[in-house]
Amino acid sequence: MSYIQGETGDWEIVIGLEVHAQVISNAKLFSGAATDFGSEPNSQVSFVDAAFPGMLPVINAFCVEQAVRTGLGLKAEINLQSVFDRKNYFYADLPQGYQISQFQQPIVGKGEIVLDLPDGSSRTVGVTRLHLEQDAGKSLHDQHPSKTYIDLNRSGVALMEIVSEPDMRTSEEAGAYVRKLRSILRYLGTCDGNMEEGSMRCDVNVSVRRPGEPFGTRCEIKNVNSIRFVMQAIEYEARRQIEILEEGGKIDQETRLWDTTKFVTRSMRSKEEAHDYRYFPDPDLLPLELEPEWVEDIKRTLPELPDDKKARFIQDFKLSPYDAGVLVAEKARADYFETVAKGRDPKMAANWVTGDLFGALNKSGKDIEESPVTAENLGGLIDLIADNTISGRIAKEVFEAMFETGEKAADIVEKKGLRQVTDTGAIESSIDAVMAANADKVAEFRSGKDKLFGFFVGQVMKATQGKANPALVNEILTAKLKG
Amino acid sequence: MSLDKATVAKIAHLARIKVPDDELEDLAGDLSRILSFVEQLNEVDTKDVAPMTSVAAQKLRRRKDEVTDGGYRDAVLSNGPETAEGFYVVPKVVE
Amino acid sequence: MAELTRLTMAQALDGLSKKDFTAVELTEAHVGAMEAVRPLNAYITETPDQALEMARASDARRAKGEAGPMDGLPIAVKDLFCTKGVATTAASRILEGFVPPYESTVTANLWRDGAVMLGKVNLDEFAMGSANITSHHGEVVSPWSPGAPGSWSRRIVPGGSSGGSAAVVAARAALGATGTDTGGSIRQPAGYTGIVGIKPTYGRCSRWGVVAYASSLDQAGPMTRTVEDAAIMLRSMCGFDPKDSTSVDMAVPDFRAALTGDIRGLRVGIPREYRVDGMPAEIEALWSRGVEWLKAAGAEPVEISLPHTKYALAAYYIVAPAEASSNLARYDGVRFGRRVEGGSLNELYENTRGEGFGKEVQRRILIGTYVLSAGYYDAYYLKAQKVRTRIKQDFDEAFRSCDVILTPTAPSTPFAIGDNSDDPVQMYLNDVFTVPVNLAGLPGMSVPAGLGGDGLPLGLQLIGRPFDEETLLRVGQAIETAANFTATPPFMA
Repeated sequence: MSYIQGETGDWEIVIGLEVHAQVISNAKLFSGAATDFGSEPNSQVSFVDAAFPGMLPVINAFCVEQAVRTGLGLKAEINLQSVFDRKNYFYADLPQGYQISQFQQPIVGKGEIVLDLPDGSSRTVGVTRLHLEQDAGKSLHDQHPSKTYIDLNRSGVALMEIVSEPDMRTSEEAGAYVRKLRSILRYLGTCDGNMEEGSMRCDVNVSVRRPGEPFGTRCEIKNVNSIRFVMQAIEYEARRQIEILEEGGKIDQETRLWDTTKFVTRSMRSKEEAHDYRYFPDPDLLPLELEPEWVEDIKRTLPELPDDKKARFIQDFKLSPYDAGVLVAEKARADYFETVAKGRDPKMAANWVTGDLFGALNKSGKDIEESPVTAENLGGLIDLIADNTISGRIAKEVFEAMFETGEKAADIVEKKGLRQVTDTGAIESSIDAVMAANADKVAEFRSGKDKLFGFFVGQVMKATQGKANPALVNEILTAKLKG
Repeated sequence: MSLDKATVAKIAHLARIKVPDDELEDLAGDLSRILSFVEQLNEVDTKDVAPMTSVAAQKLRRRKDEVTDGGYRDAVLSNGPETAEGFYVVPKVVE
Repeated sequence: MAELTRLTMAQALDGLSKKDFTAVELTEAHVGAMEAVRPLNAYITETPDQALEMARASDARRAKGEAGPMDGLPIAVKDLFCTKGVATTAASRILEGFVPPYESTVTANLWRDGAVMLGKVNLDEFAMGSANITSHHGEVVSPWSPGAPGSWSRRIVPGGSSGGSAAVVAARAALGATGTDTGGSIRQPAGYTGIVGIKPTYGRCSRWGVVAYASSLDQAGPMTRTVEDAAIMLRSMCGFDPKDSTSVDMAVPDFRAALTGDIRGLRVGIPREYRVDGMPAEIEALWSRGVEWLKAAGAEPVEISLPHTKYALAAYYIVAPAEASSNLARYDGVRFGRRVEGGSLNELYENTRGEGFGKEVQRRILIGTYVLSAGYYDAYYLKAQKVRTRIKQDFDEAFRSCDVILTPTAPSTPFAIGDNSDDPVQMYLNDVFTVPVNLAGLPGMSVPAGLGGDGLPLGLQLIGRPFDEETLLRVGQAIETAANFTATPPFMA
């Protein structure tokens, strides 16, 4: 347990997350308009999305499938009958005056997410439910001094709202939850998880309590759009609440906003008045009924998910839980690793991928999909080490060149003449030259100063521009120094 | 069930309908009469009765995930009371 | 060419195919009639140019031998159906200036089959009313009002909400009209004006493009002067529509072919609960006459029980306003219709909806908002939906022992404008016989059966099994034949 130290003692944070994940689909949940991001305002709007008189919703089969797939990926119950309700409220970017959502009977029930924590341990967080709903449009407040502009392109796009249990206790856990959920969604291909474009947004429920006491009053921080902000907002909000409580105040249950410039949460004016959403089943739709065989079919075609992949990496490749966790966090990384590891030493492959490759990608700000070094080429490099064509040290140099140029390892080795020297004659003559030039050191070594061995190795490698096979150098040098 | 003026004012705000103060009294009377009328439903025994979700005995049809609609911004905006640069326009909303 | 406006649809189709007259001639006669009935305030938007253009196209089709089942028949459209390029108001100020960029499925079906649009007709605002007195465009006067325009001794209501549709069909200013029926809005005005009106089974007609009042109850249907015409028009209006999730994927029968005249052996249910307190003796007598007519035609009357009938109105006045309160949230002055500015978005909403909606619509939105609000949902909305299940079960049970049900259409003859309008609940009682049919999603039909002591029409209602409009029509025609209703309103085009 990790507590926050307050003025008057320890406090525990209680965190629950509601994640809105935009479903990957061609068309919207209840209309045939497109879902592409970044189109001209109102260019992807049908009369249904703009709620014109007499317009009616018809559900997109693929969005239903995506929700079920996600539910299965979260090891959750799939409800064979679910109901769409109307959530009634007025807002400028909500054309119908209601959002079609699922209230009492969601499509997916209880599930779970296993968090991979930085120390290599894991922890299970409960998923309360997942339901399908329509997204609202977008209000632009900065286009005009006294007006708000409304773009309905997003109006009606399918969202999955995934609600967690209040099971998290630190901002790190919340961050790990969002990362893991995003990873699962990406593995499943049900949401691209792109938080910058808003295709994944978090509402964060935060409360604090004295350890062991019942839950305190919570505040909901709406629409937080990055993992970093989720964590910062939790830290800030917890401190704010502790401060109020320690001064004898009480927490108002309210909706707050994360201010990304001032790094504070603040009360949302537009949400100040109490809501009464007047949920009732949408009479334009019938209950959604799923056939058990259809759900089974989807289950059968589920991809291997991060937890299973991690277990397999540990089992088959003997990787550490940490390395395995790092590799499976993104499907593209795991795929990359598996290509590299295929038919090679997995530990070496893991070291190269998590070490040199991720380091270089990180430094250059590139995703693994944009890596100049393909998995095949990195494999080629490892092959050159394995068959003694180059030494591990030279390999680092070759890798840098590969990252720079995208060329194959063998080509670079050839072009730069980096092939390891395994010719004993050549190595012997280098050693002879080094010993001749350092006769005093040879004498010192022979009188017992063993530590000088490293010096001779260094000199030989320097003389051969690092190309000499280190094992051979060791062997011959040992023999010659003994005299 | 009898509604008072304050309740009517609250509902009217929830429904975003401006009701002048001097009309609240009459409206409260009308609405109370309607509510008293519908309260006879309490006489009906509905224990173990499922609420009707749809009179049509059929399953919810699902359409294919194909883009078949939209892409006609001018038609969508043509009835707008105020539009600019391809957007609908409303008074500034403070979040 | 007044005689052309006196024809039935069946007669007009016959005349067109025999080349006795052209669609243009038939339409011109009706355009004249449309102008002549202006004192009724029934047409909101006249579209004579479009009508003549459609008529010319119809004549061209007929010349090529490609005439559709309704080709060349001029009809009126309730102003609740969205018509592409033609203003659609739902008789509300809030839709002022709204021109739909799309055509409702039902009207598109009619134009596909060759029908000609004369114009859009008046109704109660958003179809909420039983007398066509809540329209922003003013009330519609029934052509049955005693006297003549300008000197009517009593201005009689045509019923509602499809009052404009009923008035123009009765006054011979359209061969038929589309109506919509949420709680009786086709059958009650048909009964009040001496014409035929059918509310088909829920799901028969697409609701796509029809301004919604209460989605689980709304259903479009034809209003015509004869049962045969209703069969013709119904066939064109209905059909599966993938754009409406509640539309039923079923073949549309040739309803006209069902009119065999043979109702021998059919069991006609007479629900004892429809003998409501205070029902006028002449309604009671008319109903008994109806039973006798059907018996004489070989049908067998059976007494049935629909025990939850008395609760139907109460359930309706929870369910319909609840759905309406949500359906009408889209009228907010942002994307279409009338906007009344305000300093903030909320003020804009409240001003727009405060000024844009009439009193009855506001009442129903507020009731609907209330019964759905936190703490009241179970007591009102959920309870009403459970009672609705009970009502449906009543009908299911009744249809084990009968094939069709006969009742009066309304508990009284039509009243005068200004009567009954103080107390909303009193006004709601007009729908007591029609509402249960909507709650159960069944097909219902009103057939003119006689005149009351005041010289105003009275209708009988038939209720059928789901999707059995054919039996409804067949029995309806038997009543039509027996009743031989030949009375015409004092004022006709």
